[in-house]
Amino acid sequence: MGHEETVYEALDHAHGGEGHWAFGTGFDEPLAGVDTTVPDGVDPADLGTYCLMLGDDALVLAQRLTQWVTAAPELEEEVAVANVALDLLGQARLLLARAGSVGVLGRSRERATESIPDEDALAYFRDPDEFRNTALVEAENGDFGQTMARLLVASTVRLAVFSRLRESRDPVLAAIAAKGVNELAYHRDHAARWVLRLGDGTGESHRRVQAGVDAVGPLLADVLTATDVEQRLVAGGVAVDPADVREEVRSVLTQVLDQATLRVPEWPADTPPRGRVGQHGPELTTLLATLQGLARQHPAATW
Amino acid sequence: MTAVVSLYRDIGSSGPRAVAETVTDPELPALTLADLGVLRDVRVVDGTVVVDITPTYSGCPAMGVMRADLLHALHSAGFDDVEVRTVLSPAWSTDWISDEGRRKLSAAGIAPPGTAPVRLSGPVPLQLGPSRRTAACPLCGSPDTEELSEFGATACKALRRCRSCREPFEHVKEI
Repeated sequence: MGHEETVYEALDHAHGGEGHWAFGTGFDEPLAGVDTTVPDGVDPADLGTYCLMLGDDALVLAQRLTQWVTAAPELEEEVAVANVALDLLGQARLLLARAGSVGVLGRSRERATESIPDEDALAYFRDPDEFRNTALVEAENGDFGQTMARLLVASTVRLAVFSRLRESRDPVLAAIAAKGVNELAYHRDHAARWVLRLGDGTGESHRRVQAGVDAVGPLLADVLTATDVEQRLVAGGVAVDPADVREEVRSVLTQVLDQATLRVPEWPADTPPRGRVGQHGPELTTLLATLQGLARQHPAATW
Repeated sequence: MTAVVSLYRDIGSSGPRAVAETVTDPELPALTLADLGVLRDVRVVDGTVVVDITPTYSGCPAMGVMRADLLHALHSAGFDDVEVRTVLSPAWSTDWISDEGRRKLSAAGIAPPGTAPVRLSGPVPLQLGPSRRTAACPLCGSPDTEELSEFGATACKALRRCRSCREPFEHVKEI
C-alpha cells in the first residue's frame, strides 16, 4: 500500500513508532473483535479447560514438528513440516485466546507481566502440570518414520474431533474447528502418504516405520477417554466425546496401514485420562523448557 | 439507536471502503486484501469505521500486519475512529479470490486456485494418491505441470513444476 517500506515499519508504526515490537505487545490478538460471549448454560471454567486441552495438543505437537526444521530428509519436507506446525500454532493461539477470554488462565498470570496477552501467558508461563495435552503429542519424535506415524495418528484423531466440533454450541469453538478441518485434512493426508511411501518402500524404511507405528499405537490409550470436564460439555452440546471418534480413527488408520503393508498395532485398552488432567512424562518438561525459556528469562522482552 | 451503514457499494475513491480496498496483502503484494476475499466488510457504526477481515489459515502470520496496514491507511485518509475485527466464520475459502485477484496472481507468476473442495459434515475422506490438483503453468501456459510439494513458502501455496518450460512455480492451493 506504500505508506511503509517494510512489514517491520508497518508493525512498528502500529505500536507508536518506538522502534521495537515483539512478544508481549498484543498487536495481534487472534480473537480481536470476535464475540466471545459464553453460550447459556455452559460453565466458563469447563469451556476454557476444554480449549486448553485442544490448544495444548496443537502447541506441543507444533513444537515437536519444528524440531525437524533443518533436519528433515529433504528441503520440501522441511517446508511441509514447518507449514503443518504453523497451522497448529495458529489453532493453538485461537484456542488459548478463547480459554483466556473466559478467564481460564491457571497460575500463568502470577508470573506473566500484565502487558503479555492471555494466549502468550498461557503458552509461556504455565508449568507442565497445568498443560492439558495428551501423551500422544508430547512423546519424543523418534526418527522421521515415527514422526510421520505420530502425525498420522494425531491428525486423524484431531480431524475426527474437529469435524464434529463444527456443530458445537460454542460459536467460537465451532468457527475454529471449521477452519481447522481444512488444514487438518492436508496434514493427515500428507502424513498418510509418507507412511505409505515408507511402509511400501525398502526393507529398511518398512522396518523403521513399522517400529514407529508400534511405538505410537499405545499412546492412543491417553486420547480416547473423556475427562469429567469433557463429559459435562458433551452433555451440553459443546464438546466432542473422544470415544465417539474411535471407530473413525480405527478405520482410517487401518486403511492407511493396510495399504502401506504395515501391521496394525493392537488397539490399547482404555486407561483413565492422564495428560488431560495434567499428568505428564519428563519429556514435556524438557520440551517446555525450550519453548518457554526465552520468555521466562526475559518476561518483558521486546526486540 | 445504532446507525449502521454498509459500504459495500460506496463508489469513488475517498470512502472508507475504497480506502480499505487499496490495502495490499503483505505476502502477496500484487493483490489487495479485497482481491483475496480477506476483506469481508467495511461499514460505519455510530461514526466508527468497522472493518471485518478473515484469516486465510489459522496460523497466518500476516494478520497483525494486515490489521496495522488497514488502520494506517484509514487513519491517513482522515478516518480517526477505526476498528478492525477478525471474523472466523465462515472460514475463508480460495473461492473468494476475485477474478481480478486470479488475473493478478497469474501475472505475478503464481497459478491461481481451482474450485475448492466441498467439505460437507461427516468424515473427511482420505486421499492417499498424489493430489489430483491441476494448474496451468503461469509462465508458458502449458497444462503439463506436476506437483513438487503440497507445502510452499507460505501456508496458502503449493510448489509445482512445468514439464514444458521446466520452470518451478507456486500455486495457491484450493481450500
